[in-house]
Amino acid sequence: MLDRADGQNFTGNVRLVHAVGMHARPAVKLTKLAKKFQAQISVRVAGAPEWINAKSVAKIMAMRAAHGSTIEIKASGSDAEAAVAALVDLVASDFPDGAG
Amino acid sequence: MTDTVGIVIVSHSSDIAKGTADMVRQMVGSEVKVAFCGGNPDGGLGTSVPLIIDAINAAWSPKGVAVLVDLGGAETNSEMAVEMLESARRDLVVVCNAPIVEGAVMAATEAAGGSSLAQVKAVAEELSAD
Repeated sequence: MLDRADGQNFTGNVRLVHAVGMHARPAVKLTKLAKKFQAQISVRVAGAPEWINAKSVAKIMAMRAAHGSTIEIKASGSDAEAAVAALVDLVASDFPDGAG
Repeated sequence: MTDTVGIVIVSHSSDIAKGTADMVRQMVGSEVKVAFCGGNPDGGLGTSVPLIIDAINAAWSPKGVAVLVDLGGAETNSEMAVEMLESARRDLVVVCNAPIVEGAVMAATEAAGGSSLAQVKAVAEELSAD
């Protein structure tokens, strides 16, 4: 799901289907993919108080998102729309090998 | 592909060094050069300055090399290895103050994105910042 918020800000959310949640390997893939974009990208488990920098592998590993939780993604910058779409796709497709 | 910072893993145990390098390659991928050394030249536990220098050479990148170490002697011997490099390369090698496995994975993840040596070191050390 992708929503245009305003200007160059985009948000999306996606259900975490990975069997054991956001453990180390998915965290590395998400971070690597996020780093390919210029946009500022933040993620959080839906409703969590704080947004986490998607380009910080230490913080993504520490977010401990559980299987079945919804991940919210927001990005701002020139390639924000592509960034949100790519990250939603990565999570929705269960972090396939070779991604990121 | 642009150059990425290289990663060197120095443990007292060759099994730990190799296992850590395996984790980095499998989790982060092959775009970052990873070299490792562990144990002394006799096959026992320990670290060796010449082997550390070999590993630094193997992981060498124009963007620099980040070294991840385990206990005490691994750090002092790594610092000695850095001091023995030619002066032009010395400034391009840093020993990170970070847990060896987590630090190596995070440093390599950061390096894969094309980050500078200073950024790679900072990310590895995020874990020991508190």
